[in-house]
Amino acid sequence: MKRLLCGLVIVCALLFAAAAGAQQAPAGQRNIILATTTSTQDSGLLDVLIPLFEKKTGYFVKTIAVGSGQAMVMGQKGEADVLLVHSPDAEEKFMAAGYGVNRRLVMHNDFIIVGPPVDRGGIKGTKSAGAAFKRIAGAKALFMSRGDNSGTDAKEKAIWKAAGIAPEGQKWYQQTGLGMGQTLNVASEKQTYTLADRGTYLALAKRLDLVILVEGDRDLLNIYHVIEVNPARWPKVNAGGARAFADFMVSPETQAIVRAFGVDKFGSPLFFPDAGKRVEDLGK
Amino acid sequence: MELIVEGIRKAFWLLVTGDPEVMGITLLSLRVSGLATLVSLVIGVAAGTLVALTRFPGRGFVVSLINTGMGLPPVVVGLFVTILLWRSGPLGFLGMLYTPGAMILAQAVIATPIVMGITLAAMQQLPKKLRLQILALGATRLQLVWILTKEARLPLLAAVMAGFGGVISEVGASIMVGGNIKGYSRVLTTATVMETSRGNFDTAIALGIILLALAFAVNLVLTHIQQKERPR
Repeated sequence: MKRLLCGLVIVCALLFAAAAGAQQAPAGQRNIILATTTSTQDSGLLDVLIPLFEKKTGYFVKTIAVGSGQAMVMGQKGEADVLLVHSPDAEEKFMAAGYGVNRRLVMHNDFIIVGPPVDRGGIKGTKSAGAAFKRIAGAKALFMSRGDNSGTDAKEKAIWKAAGIAPEGQKWYQQTGLGMGQTLNVASEKQTYTLADRGTYLALAKRLDLVILVEGDRDLLNIYHVIEVNPARWPKVNAGGARAFADFMVSPETQAIVRAFGVDKFGSPLFFPDAGKRVEDLGK
Repeated sequence: MELIVEGIRKAFWLLVTGDPEVMGITLLSLRVSGLATLVSLVIGVAAGTLVALTRFPGRGFVVSLINTGMGLPPVVVGLFVTILLWRSGPLGFLGMLYTPGAMILAQAVIATPIVMGITLAAMQQLPKKLRLQILALGATRLQLVWILTKEARLPLLAAVMAGFGGVISEVGASIMVGGNIKGYSRVLTTATVMETSRGNFDTAIALGIILLALAFAVNLVLTHIQQKERPR
């Protein structure tokens, strides 16, 4: 009896909630779930692009801003339709496993190593990211890592690995497990080094007590690709919508908007459009 | 410190000018949390009354479960609801993930044990003789429940306030199952988190102040009703 009542109650709740949801959700296949990184949302770029896309095509985009790692897991499980991510090594594995189709280069900007103006590790002006990381490790200067499997985190781990250093578990190496903006705030408060994407850093710079110490290394390129989730693997995926969004991202008009984005606010672009280029040619 | 002043000024400005985006976010917060509280009220009062008025083996255990549920961590609820609503999950066919409906569901799950627990306590506090008296006057079971509910209306209003306060201020579940989608599933708490990570602290503070004002306004109304009907 009680179980029956309980079941009834749960069903009622679900119906109620479903009704409330369906009331305003645009019809099924007009929805696209875009799994992307926090940097594209926090920089404000998507706030400009998504409304344009929706107006043009009539699709409704649900932007879920998570780290690149989580975005790719969503794609892997068919919980997203299209990905806009910046973790090239992980993306290649994703493609090789057949989870995605049609991976296309969209844009790039770069990572920078920022830190307190005091620069205890003496990394300012270092030409390569690896050399800078070695100095930080040598000086045992505090370093704040994202530690969240995001694209930035993957890049940071790759630099440590290439430098032959295993920072995990060291006293001077700390992880926030948070997004880029929050990690920058923590790094600024605690006066530590961190690896950041230039866009997020510029957006927050006026409130941060951190300066750019290393930049311009080819290793520090931050490259964004758009990937459609493989509909052959997950029939529920909105393949048409994913294709439309990916096409939109590499279209000349969108690329022109990407080029101009942020110039008025920061004096320089936050992203450089790259549609149709080859990854090997970037940063030359 | 000047940030807080700046935030207060911004909150005031956003409210006075009726900024359409902030208004939309505020209304959605109110609607989602209001509906969730309503759902939790129906389930919570019914189930709480049932447990309060019956004796069955393992009752102590059930009551402990309900009391523990009053402190359900929203992120845990969010995680489970997300997994249930995934396209590949058992309720995936509803297509509900990343909708306001999913947020209502998650928030209702959070608020229901709160309402249930307070109802349970309120019903048990009523004098035992009252029940016997009502039954002696020939009331049916349904009439009994109705009269008892009316008798316990003051603590039940407290249950509404506690439930609503719990869900409108909750962020973990809302951001997971709603996705913080602009103009669609963005509520005051998730917007505050986002503006903070964007470094727009003044806007974040302003949203926080609006949230507090909203919660205060709702509670003011409920408290007014509650205190007006103070038993003699």
